Amino acid sequence: MGSISLKQVTKSFGPVDVIKPIDLEIEDGEFVVFVGPSGCGKSTLLRLIAGLEDVTSGHIEIDGNDATTIPPAKRGLAMVFQSYALYPHMSVRKNIAFPLKMAKVDQAEIDRKVDDAARVLNLSDYIDRRPGQLSGGQRQRVAIGRAIVREPAAFLFDEPLSNLDAALRGNMRLEISELHQTLKTTMIYVTHDQVEAMTMADKIVVLRDGIIEQVGSPIELYKNPRNLFVAEFIGSPKMNIIKGAAAEALGAPTIGVRPEHIEVSKTKPKADGAWKGTVGVSEHLGSDTFLHMDAEGVGTINVRADGEIELRHGDTAWLSPQVSKIHRFDAAGMAA
Amino acid sequence: MATQNSRSAARLMLAPAVILLLGWMLVPLTMTLWFSFRKYLPLRGGDQGWVGFDNYVRFVSSSSFWPSVQTTLIIVGGVLVITVVFGILLALLLDQPMWGQGIVRILVIAPFFVMPTVSALVWKNIFMDPVNGLFAHLWKFFGATPIEWLSQASVQSIIMIVSWQWLPFATLILLTAVQSLDGEQLEASEMDGAKPLQRFGYIILPHLARAITIVVLIQTIFLLSIFAEIFVTTGGAFGTKTLSYLIFQRVLESQNIGLGSAGGIYAVILANIVAIFLMRIVGKNLDA
Repeated sequence: MGSISLKQVTKSFGPVDVIKPIDLEIEDGEFVVFVGPSGCGKSTLLRLIAGLEDVTSGHIEIDGNDATTIPPAKRGLAMVFQSYALYPHMSVRKNIAFPLKMAKVDQAEIDRKVDDAARVLNLSDYIDRRPGQLSGGQRQRVAIGRAIVREPAAFLFDEPLSNLDAALRGNMRLEISELHQTLKTTMIYVTHDQVEAMTMADKIVVLRDGIIEQVGSPIELYKNPRNLFVAEFIGSPKMNIIKGAAAEALGAPTIGVRPEHIEVSKTKPKADGAWKGTVGVSEHLGSDTFLHMDAEGVGTINVRADGEIELRHGDTAWLSPQVSKIHRFDAAGMAA
Repeated sequence: MATQNSRSAARLMLAPAVILLLGWMLVPLTMTLWFSFRKYLPLRGGDQGWVGFDNYVRFVSSSSFWPSVQTTLIIVGGVLVITVVFGILLALLLDQPMWGQGIVRILVIAPFFVMPTVSALVWKNIFMDPVNGLFAHLWKFFGATPIEWLSQASVQSIIMIVSWQWLPFATLILLTAVQSLDGEQLEASEMDGAKPLQRFGYIILPHLARAITIVVLIQTIFLLSIFAEIFVTTGGAFGTKTLSYLIFQRVLESQNIGLGSAGGIYAVILANIVAIFLMRIVGKNLDA
């Protein structure tokens, strides 16, 4: 129903290769997140799948059929845009009904589907308003509603939450995940926010400069990043990257330790290998405390400590990384 | 923000401008009203006192009155339709990325800078002249008898000339509107299965509604009073006499200021009726 596969897909804008040859399999019903820093080609990749851009070379298959040259409307995919792209002069009802109207669906059928979608998305009270009279979250839901009624083979989301405030973003994240549980339709979701990627995805695709750096489940990427880039990109706060003598002492030219895998103690621990450091900034969040430490001979280290730890600016503490959870990288930045 | 104090200061400072504008408008209007009730023939005895509504009755009962109103509306309507339709098409065309876009856009706006008198003369002598005009040569090239534009198709000719002058204005306003359309909306409608014509009808045209309203309103104001184009081409003959041209004839050719003033008041009323209709029909586009 909604499996998509990319075979050696490339995209160039003039001399610039935005997407270098990419192979990717997306299973039916999967929630796949494309994540990467801005300019990595993740939105372009989504637009290639949607058909809004033509591939330079390679093939896109949807449900096993070559869809490379099929126009966007015929691919059976629905897209939710970053700006929502609602039609401002149409009411919510007409916005949601638009794709059905274009498909010349019978009016009674349109009404039924629109009402269903509006109920599922809690839009029934606003059905006759125009997009301009809705809040950001409501607009977002209208955009999703417009996608749902088409009963597409797959949903494509292009950074849909980036225009919402933090609280609403959390809610919508949950709603989209729930929607995926209910509909069980393939969803492809583009974001630059690794939190969204970690929380929503079945499969994360990490992109950089038009290349897939790693594909895997959130936990896989968290536990076994293939290289330094993925290691730094996935996880919040960011992984500490340590080079030089301190790294050599632990057996690799470069090592990475996640802030949550470092133990802090105010007294010098008995075991060897602890780094002595001074607290620069401590951020007390209640549940956690983020310590930015200046460790001797190691550099700046971020640590995620207990929420009730009593450490202030200028205090001295000892840091012991959990040896089993250290990531080791070779000189080229690949996981060793 | 605006306190009570600063508001009254603002009012005080605005007052000179408001009074000047009011005077600018009210003095001529009052004078026109005044003269419209008097028998005033500058070359035949001067101001001869009050005559009540005589001028109004005479102006309306003249055989040229209703045809002139009709001509005015036909010319205004014709020019509006042509400029809006072609303005939209040109705007969509100019929005396409192409080589030399900047120069083409300047060329498109150029006719607007030509004075009405000049452009009307150019059209009259270079294009529409039945012997040496470009159109005459074109017709002859295909073996047809040249049309005597300004006598056989006089109103159409004037509509053509005025449309040529105002098309750049419409194109420019509509082009900026086309450019302000969110590209994602078009992409969304494309994904929703809208064909090019449906995209135009459902997305682009509604987006342009406000710009079209502005074009229609502004052009109507100026088109109701076109004069130079008629003066230098047909001189009001061949059914091209508009209301403003009729008033000009009454005042300057018949030397009857009272009658002309009454006509002026009718023109004000006509303009207001048109304005109310336009506001009713298209004005709601400005609210949203």
